[in-house]
Amino acid sequence: MCSGCTAPVVVRMVLNAIDEPVVVANATGCLEVSTALYPYTAWRVPWIHTAFENAAATLSGVESMYQSLKRQGKLDRDVKFIAFGGDGGTYDIGLQSLSGALERGHKMMYVCYDNEAYMNTGIQRSSATPMGADTTTTPKGKQSTGKKQWRKDLTAIVAAHHVPYAAQASPHRWKDLMTKARKGVAADGPTFLSVLAPCNRGWRIDTSAGIKAAELAVETCFWPLFEVENGKWTLNDKPKQKLPVTEWLKTEGRFQHLFKEEREDVLEAFQHEVDERWEQLLKLCGEA
Amino acid sequence: MNKFMALDGNGAVAEAMRQINPDVVPAYPITPSTAIPQAFAQYMADGVVDTEFVPVESEHSAMSACIGASAAGGRVMTATSANGLALMWEMLYIAASYRLPIVMADVSRALSGPVNIHCDHSDSMGARDTGWIHLFSETAQEAYENTLQAVRIGEHMDVRLPVMVMQDGFITSHTMERVTIYDDASVKTFIGSYTPYYPLLDIDHPVTYGPLDLTDYYFEHKRAQIEGMRNAKHVILDVGAEFGRTFGRTYGLFDTYQMDDADVAIVVMASTAGTARYAMNALRARGVRAGLIKPRVFRPFPAQELCDALRNVKAVAVMDRSVSFGAMNNGGPLWLEMLAAAQLHKLHIPIVDYVYGLGGREIKPSQIENVYQDLATIAETGEFAQPVTYLGVRGEEDHQSAVQGALLAA
Repeated sequence: MCSGCTAPVVVRMVLNAIDEPVVVANATGCLEVSTALYPYTAWRVPWIHTAFENAAATLSGVESMYQSLKRQGKLDRDVKFIAFGGDGGTYDIGLQSLSGALERGHKMMYVCYDNEAYMNTGIQRSSATPMGADTTTTPKGKQSTGKKQWRKDLTAIVAAHHVPYAAQASPHRWKDLMTKARKGVAADGPTFLSVLAPCNRGWRIDTSAGIKAAELAVETCFWPLFEVENGKWTLNDKPKQKLPVTEWLKTEGRFQHLFKEEREDVLEAFQHEVDERWEQLLKLCGEA
Repeated sequence: MNKFMALDGNGAVAEAMRQINPDVVPAYPITPSTAIPQAFAQYMADGVVDTEFVPVESEHSAMSACIGASAAGGRVMTATSANGLALMWEMLYIAASYRLPIVMADVSRALSGPVNIHCDHSDSMGARDTGWIHLFSETAQEAYENTLQAVRIGEHMDVRLPVMVMQDGFITSHTMERVTIYDDASVKTFIGSYTPYYPLLDIDHPVTYGPLDLTDYYFEHKRAQIEGMRNAKHVILDVGAEFGRTFGRTYGLFDTYQMDDADVAIVVMASTAGTARYAMNALRARGVRAGLIKPRVFRPFPAQELCDALRNVKAVAVMDRSVSFGAMNNGGPLWLEMLAAAQLHKLHIPIVDYVYGLGGREIKPSQIENVYQDLATIAETGEFAQPVTYLGVRGEEDHQSAVQGALLAA
């Protein structure tokens, strides 16, 4: 993968956290194209990729075969099923497939590594891209300050499926992430992890800055760490001092135009949205 | 012991599926194939199958789950029609290229739009280059028997390809027939047990399915896929012969009817073959030496064999229940393949096309009699007014008489 990419960090942490044998399904995306290039493979576990929008459906087929063979006494191993997809394959084109698999109750964990745009095709906006970001399909320009819309709250959408476990995590808090991965595979039903995975190319940050960028997203409360366990919302990390979101935005090339052009209006709107969502989350978690 | 059941085509396929007892069935309902997953869900509810039924949220997910389940290592089946098949499109290619022997019932229905629930072959014909084996059935009996054979064909190590089994929507799927159902034990023996190759669930021998395959290897993999399709022909014949030895009805690449002394022949697939035989009998009674060929296997296309079977006739009419928009003369796919086959195998006779029955439009014996009458004229003169005729559509008669008039004036 690209130097400095945080997606493989996320994948390694998740898989290191799991003791049982796993089968992995991967949506088309950066992770998939760069880890399995015929005749080579970086995967030492059973791995399947079929297409972009269907990692959840594909894995639900694998898991169903497992359940069938186990029930018929043709298999006696305990196996865990993990899907990895980027925000494109999860928030957008794969949302229906994910929702279907969650609703059907397959025993599998879906991990979205969210780098906040379609990075594999060259940094196009997704519904996970923050407002104001300069991407190749929401370019800054004389009459544009970048993406107009706010990001979709996918973890809440997943939680609305009343699955046993859904959580948001960040690679800079490795212990939290790995604990969540363990909880995810231990639960009896479909589970979901949404993990922020900064992309140097798309965010326009230094190759050494990925983990720091994730940390700032959490410290500014743009990317709160929380979990929803059997319907109970818990905040896993309440920053001692909630930093202004500009502390995160100003470190990234994709937001630089907002500072250079002194678009206080956009920055204020951004902060307002972060504050509002943070307050909502505090209430859900019983922290308000 | 065989039993005789009153079943429609969907019921016959559901019976085959019960006997095959696949490990996983992911399916999404769509008219006119809905009764298949419905019947299957009932088998599950009654505990008569070991299957894990996956009631997916779309056909795209149905085929995705089929691929995941098949790669995991077990027997997998599904059913669909028309738009459902179209929604699977992307995944059909992937199923074939991963060499997964999934068996699918496709109950033929016209593709939208406008939306239409009745029979034509535009759905499967649109999927003719996806790498699936295509078997067409005339009756519920054939749909049942093709489904049983499809398992053996697809799973054969020289093939390892998915198979779709077609029957005509409503005409076959919803018409009650007396169907012979072979006893479960004999079917089980015929089907055999499933041998998974490189299953994902073999945890100790991890495999990678679906890597990025670029300019350096993709072509070789496609070439290997072609080899599987090429081998399919002899496997289909072997399985068809074994089926005959076991159950009494031998299957080939196509059926012929009164071809021994035929002067003219119609080539038509699925339920219309029955209508054509009925029309032929009337013509035969009047001394017209009419013959019929009913292709069962469309993929792999039996080009040489069809040409050999047509070697002694003077004119051929292909009847297409779909159209290939913008193809040569806007004809149908069966005709286009047949013409190409005739060129390659030096069958130098007039071969014309009759596109009929789109969106379930009725085809009557009298219309087929007219086709034979046309053929008699073509056989006599060696000439034809137009290569493609649209049969039974409003406005076409005016068009045809204009063409004929122009010819007469010339």
